[in-house]
Amino acid sequence: MSDLTHHKNIRLPEGSIEKTTTTLNLGPTHPATHGVFQNILELDGERILSSESTVGYIHRAFEKLAERRPLYQITTLTDRLNYCSSPINNMGWHLTCEKLLGVRTPKRVDYLRVIVMELARISDHLICNSIVGVDTGAFTGFLYVMQYRELIYEIYEEICGSRLTTNMGRIGGFERDFTPAAFEKLEKFLAEYPKVLKEFEKLFTRNRIFMERLIGAGPISAERALNYGFTGPNLRAAGVDYDVRVHTPYSSYEDFEFNVPVGTTGDCYDRFLVRNQEMWQSLSIIEQAYKKVQAFKGTEHDVYHADSPEYYLPPKGDVYTKMEALIYHFKIVMGEIDIPKGELYVPVEGGNGELGYYLISDGGRTPYRLHFRRPCFIYYQAFEEITKGSMLSDAIIVLSSLNLIAGEMDA
Amino acid sequence: MLNNDYIKQRLTEKFGEQVTNFEEPFEMLTFEAPKEINLKVLQFLYDDEGLQFRFLTDLQAVHYPDNTGRELAVVYHLHNLQANVRIRFKVYTSISTPDVYSATALYSAANWMERETYDFYGVNFVGHPNLKRILNVEEMDYFPMRKEFPLEDQTRIDKDDDMFGRGKSY
Repeated sequence: MSDLTHHKNIRLPEGSIEKTTTTLNLGPTHPATHGVFQNILELDGERILSSESTVGYIHRAFEKLAERRPLYQITTLTDRLNYCSSPINNMGWHLTCEKLLGVRTPKRVDYLRVIVMELARISDHLICNSIVGVDTGAFTGFLYVMQYRELIYEIYEEICGSRLTTNMGRIGGFERDFTPAAFEKLEKFLAEYPKVLKEFEKLFTRNRIFMERLIGAGPISAERALNYGFTGPNLRAAGVDYDVRVHTPYSSYEDFEFNVPVGTTGDCYDRFLVRNQEMWQSLSIIEQAYKKVQAFKGTEHDVYHADSPEYYLPPKGDVYTKMEALIYHFKIVMGEIDIPKGELYVPVEGGNGELGYYLISDGGRTPYRLHFRRPCFIYYQAFEEITKGSMLSDAIIVLSSLNLIAGEMDA
Repeated sequence: MLNNDYIKQRLTEKFGEQVTNFEEPFEMLTFEAPKEINLKVLQFLYDDEGLQFRFLTDLQAVHYPDNTGRELAVVYHLHNLQANVRIRFKVYTSISTPDVYSATALYSAANWMERETYDFYGVNFVGHPNLKRILNVEEMDYFPMRKEFPLEDQTRIDKDDDMFGRGKSY
């Protein structure tokens, strides 16, 4: 290859050495990245010799912004981390605040939150898995499941009024009780989704072409995965049964029966299988939670928030007629309530793994420091190692099966 | 049985007076060590048969501008996954010489976490293979999360900025 004579039209300076590898920019706006981030790949033919990732294209300085906002205004920032499962982020933030403020939520609130979080997990996983299908050239599965993500979004809409960036719930519970329509839609989802998921699995799981593409692509050992700080489905695909819901139960997850599916090799196929299995587990959790919610009797039947007037907005009717309610309303909205001093780390199991909130309060009205542990940002570092020496087309599936969400990476 | 008292006892046996400020906010053991021995402490926590804190959950910095000589705190969150115990370990450094040894040799995960911490707080991780900005633009010449850069005061009225709900017409 160093023979330059065959280049009739290119005149290189005397003594030049011809480069025999190709540099390829995968991103920042490439269909396969499903978000804005860049990978500079060094290719020998179709094999990847090395890669370098550039992230930060949609960095929005959430941690800095949070230092000037009262607690309830930070919920909207968490929406925009992993926007495929924003209710989990919202609930995780509320749980963090409640732990710091010492607010105890009623069981019904916990179960309603579990329903919402598991719906969010399903919508996150089904997008990830169907995108793996799209990136391998199978578009059909994506269209099959998409209408059920739409149904999940409709349920969000019934609960809180918005669909993608939900800003759902308040410190201490929900802003209002679930409407009957929300439960109707939930029942519809529980009745219809298993069939669709089964069909989706039938299309993919034992599909010869799909298996050939995924098995052995982008594997990672359990040891390396732990060293790289993997969490969530990607870690479980490597064979480590770490799940925050089981290890540090929050929002009454200890009341539910579910399995933690694990893989063995940590390759794309295992990640796909683990996510599919987790959707079945989430469905079962939702069913259990819905039964528990229905079983409440008497006054417990319509409790949807904790009794904490200092942090939970009073009903609007009371604000107009009662002095105390008016005062609390004003103080909460203006962010004039000092938060207690404290330092805490609260993890929840997000769609992609352990989503952590590290909050330091110095007794002021806003956090002194807030850090989001974003699982995506941490495990994306491994991309170079797990794609080294593989084909370019494998790197594309690795990107989608790791479920990289640019919003979560860049915070 | 791995509990906070045992960890505290093992650390004091090994490092004596050097590990200080034991606290347990919200039941998580928190302690501090001089920045010169941060790697020794991390290595000990990693290797020791009884401790085995092998999972680096998170790493970030906090800026305390009034804490002269100890302005920046680097905070490590470690997790023993088998016993399911978490601890928090802090080292403090002055802002004039913010050199802290890099934990990348021990944890691959520390690579980007340290880059992020450098990016926002300017902590210089000695021994890091590729210490450059990660989320901000590379041309940036300050460290934006430090407390000397306050966000704009929302109540200021000296700006004529009608589109954002402030200014003369409001």
